[in-house]
Amino acid sequence: MRRALFILLRNPLSLIGIILVAVVVLSALSADFLTPFPADRGAAVHFELANQPPDWPHIFGTDLVGRDLFSRIIFAYRISLFLGVVVLAIAVPVGVTIGLVAGYFGGWIEFLLMRITDVFLSIPPLVLAMSIMGVLAPTLTNGMLAVTAMWWPWYTRLVYNLARSEKEEGYVLAAEIIGASKPHILFREILPNCVPAILTKMTLDMGFVILIVSSLSFLGLGVQPPTPDLGSMVAEGAGYMPDSWWLTVFPGLAILFAVFGFNLLGDALRELLGVEQ
Amino acid sequence: MIVLIGVSMLIFAIARVIPGDPARIALGPNATAEQVADLREKLHLNAPVVVQYGIFLRDLFHGDLGQSLYTNRAVTTDIAQFLPATLELVFVSGFMMIVLGLPLGVLSARYRGRWIDTAIRLVSLLGVSAPSFVWAVIFMLLFAFYLPIFPIAGQISDTIKLPAVTGFVMIDALIAGNLAAFFDALRHIILPAFSLALAGIGQAARLTRSSMVETYEKPFIEMARSYGFMESRIASHFALRPSLIPSLTVIGLDFAALLANAFLVEQVFAWPGLSRYGVQVILRKDLNAIVGTVLVISAMFLIVNIVVDLLIAFINPRIRLSQRPA
Repeated sequence: MRRALFILLRNPLSLIGIILVAVVVLSALSADFLTPFPADRGAAVHFELANQPPDWPHIFGTDLVGRDLFSRIIFAYRISLFLGVVVLAIAVPVGVTIGLVAGYFGGWIEFLLMRITDVFLSIPPLVLAMSIMGVLAPTLTNGMLAVTAMWWPWYTRLVYNLARSEKEEGYVLAAEIIGASKPHILFREILPNCVPAILTKMTLDMGFVILIVSSLSFLGLGVQPPTPDLGSMVAEGAGYMPDSWWLTVFPGLAILFAVFGFNLLGDALRELLGVEQ
Repeated sequence: MIVLIGVSMLIFAIARVIPGDPARIALGPNATAEQVADLREKLHLNAPVVVQYGIFLRDLFHGDLGQSLYTNRAVTTDIAQFLPATLELVFVSGFMMIVLGLPLGVLSARYRGRWIDTAIRLVSLLGVSAPSFVWAVIFMLLFAFYLPIFPIAGQISDTIKLPAVTGFVMIDALIAGNLAAFFDALRHIILPAFSLALAGIGQAARLTRSSMVETYEKPFIEMARSYGFMESRIASHFALRPSLIPSLTVIGLDFAALLANAFLVEQVFAWPGLSRYGVQVILRKDLNAIVGTVLVISAMFLIVNIVVDLLIAFINPRIRLSQRPA
């Protein structure tokens, strides 16, 4: 454990990744105390302050109705991270279980499950989420549903490939011979050997969920105002370029900052755990 | 093929769980109950779902995706109008992805551990770390507003009129022999295509690098070195080829991302493609149009992946020379 930490901290890129992720997570958690204007997360209006360029105390400027952009970005982080955690908390167990079952049992089970997975994989994720969002009302819950629906197949594919090669290993045969139950073989024997790959992918995916959610709300199909969201902030500000550049640039850079952090951390984990791409 | 049928069923299922009556939504609040009933009959909405799916499939094989309730035209007409602009953007972008992403990955692997490697890795990681619309907005601000090198929006200047032959503006310009129009269109496409391609460039570069680094450790590279081949030739002839296989697979997958992300970039640059249509029909719950748009995009994605599989089979001698059809 200490050795792992040492390796992580030695590489400057990993270190930056850890710092970025820590900043994003901690600021999202302590948004209530940290942000100068916590009331601006909702539908507050201060027309006398509308559309001000960055200056003290509004270090990122104010939006079209005078809300502090910095406060809204921090609260948007909180919602993005929450969405990311929920999506992965549902998609990973579902995807992993299906992948394990398909990879281990083979035969018609494998055929059926993997063709269903292929169907989901062959619709571009954003388009799939868009059509689900379009059909249902664009709310936070439906957003999570839509993104989850497109996320599990990737874990199925990952775990399926791993499980298929793992089941040829001697330890699986040994477990079969002593008569271990199927669930035991799947979850206690094969699964632990897939954990490094799953963990790496989850770290990277935290960033990508943030990215997809912001893309959906950029199109107006995601988180609805007045809930702060990075994607809809960029969309709202895009019409006011170049004069009110801060309306788009800061939320845009905020996305970049968070996703970049998760990517660096994921890369570091991959190297540490020896996961192949 | 099985996948395509599955896709059609999935899309159909999504479209049918719409809460609310599509006929009512299409006709608006002022329609009489009779008009709504008429339209429901016309759209076969009263039939069982399985029958509806059967009708949908039958029409599909006749090249009929139904009427759009939003534009009141055939969905195929609508898609045929908007698709070429999107495809033009996606193809230029895919081209950038290959001609920039692969060489960057090769350079990075060849100079592994040197500053050029670090720089390329950092840039590719940044590229995949922001959605295309953020890059679009940033590039627009930098290279269209502050440094007005490129036009701000659109596909071609309004003053230029071209006969629509293929629907692809750049190809139409060449057919018309109008070089000025061609370069005008080229200048318009660079910013959107590049913002769209950036994530793919990063992805391709990262993957090419990691698979080439692996290849560099194989004995046949050592052999080539001991024969005295130049480093550049080793990189381009010996190390690259086996590394191309995973890279091509990922580029095929990234094509899906391009098609979807084109929606985002088109919004920023007011590109006259499928994006606006797609978003509008989704917001208006226009069943036929949603189904048609998603189906066309998925079909395109599948076609590209089949092409990629064939290319891989051609590159990989183990598949090309085996008797088994790839």
